[in-house]
Amino acid sequence: MPDARINIPSKVARGEPFPVKLQIRHPMETGYRTDDVGKGIARNVIRTLTCRYNGEVVFAAQLSSGIAANPFLSFFVVARAPGEMIFEWIDDAGVKGSDRVDVNVA
Amino acid sequence: MRCPIALAALGMAAIAFAQERPISPPDLRSGIAFAGADVRAMQADDNANPGFLWVQRGAQLWQANCASCHGDAPASMRGVAARYPAYDATSQSMLDLDGRIEQCRVVRQKKPAFGRESEDLVALGSYVSFQSRGMPIAVSIDGPARAAFDRGAAFYQERHGQMNLACTQCHDANWGKRLFNETLSQGHGSAFPAYRLEWQAVGSLQRRVRACLFGVRAQMPAPGAPELTDVELYLAWRAQGLPMESPGVRR
Repeated sequence: MPDARINIPSKVARGEPFPVKLQIRHPMETGYRTDDVGKGIARNVIRTLTCRYNGEVVFAAQLSSGIAANPFLSFFVVARAPGEMIFEWIDDAGVKGSDRVDVNVA
Repeated sequence: MRCPIALAALGMAAIAFAQERPISPPDLRSGIAFAGADVRAMQADDNANPGFLWVQRGAQLWQANCASCHGDAPASMRGVAARYPAYDATSQSMLDLDGRIEQCRVVRQKKPAFGRESEDLVALGSYVSFQSRGMPIAVSIDGPARAAFDRGAAFYQERHGQMNLACTQCHDANWGKRLFNETLSQGHGSAFPAYRLEWQAVGSLQRRVRACLFGVRAQMPAPGAPELTDVELYLAWRAQGLPMESPGVRR
């Protein structure tokens, strides 16, 4: 099950930029912490995140241990054509996540 | 001449029965009123509120585990969380919402328990509580719930831990004042299960009460312990009438 929430306007105007908000449930473990017995907790952050809009990469990010848990990303994309946005990400543990949303261009 | 005396006696009986609440209803203020502007903004916008990640997961778990009996949660679970903790006749004990979900899973579904504060139970609890958002808290303290209520009230008034502090000393006598960098809230649980920035996760009211006990350096009852359910009942009664906010956001 995708552990993320995507929010875009229900209808966007062609040629106009629209806001994309994405929140992923992820611990974003920094690698600097230790557990109760002093053993280091391995770093586990989302390494890369890509957003494709009808196949074309419109946003990509490399996250690091400076980003808080459950990262919230917000950016703008110009609505060129109706279609879908696909988000894919991978963390240090090699766990992949993905989610998608339909873009409704008026 | 008998009438005024009889009326006064009746009045006193009514007060004793209704039991006066420490904070009168017009003065009740949700914890969000004491939070900073950034936390208030985060809770006000459902798209920015990370608690909805848990609500969403809870919705998926509901479809997989609960929907075949209970149907659509927005209809069947509306207002349910506002009535908990409640007395359960089957187990003859007080159950909070998480306890009720666990009981349904173990006794009725014969599946292994999720475990207190496990991600799945917190997510389901958030989803069910979310169905009561905006509804006033309305618990029953009558009948079999009375004993638990009295125990919870006593726990609330008792001093705890090395700090030797009772809940009431901060949350009834000094709410609104500053304790170091904090504004003391009235200690209502209306936003729980809530996303707490300190936890970077959603947690139950019991977890929050445990954190408070840790703060006064007291011994913490285990998650799901009856003492915590009793306190939850007392807190709910104290906050009676406040709207449910779950999933709230707290610092």
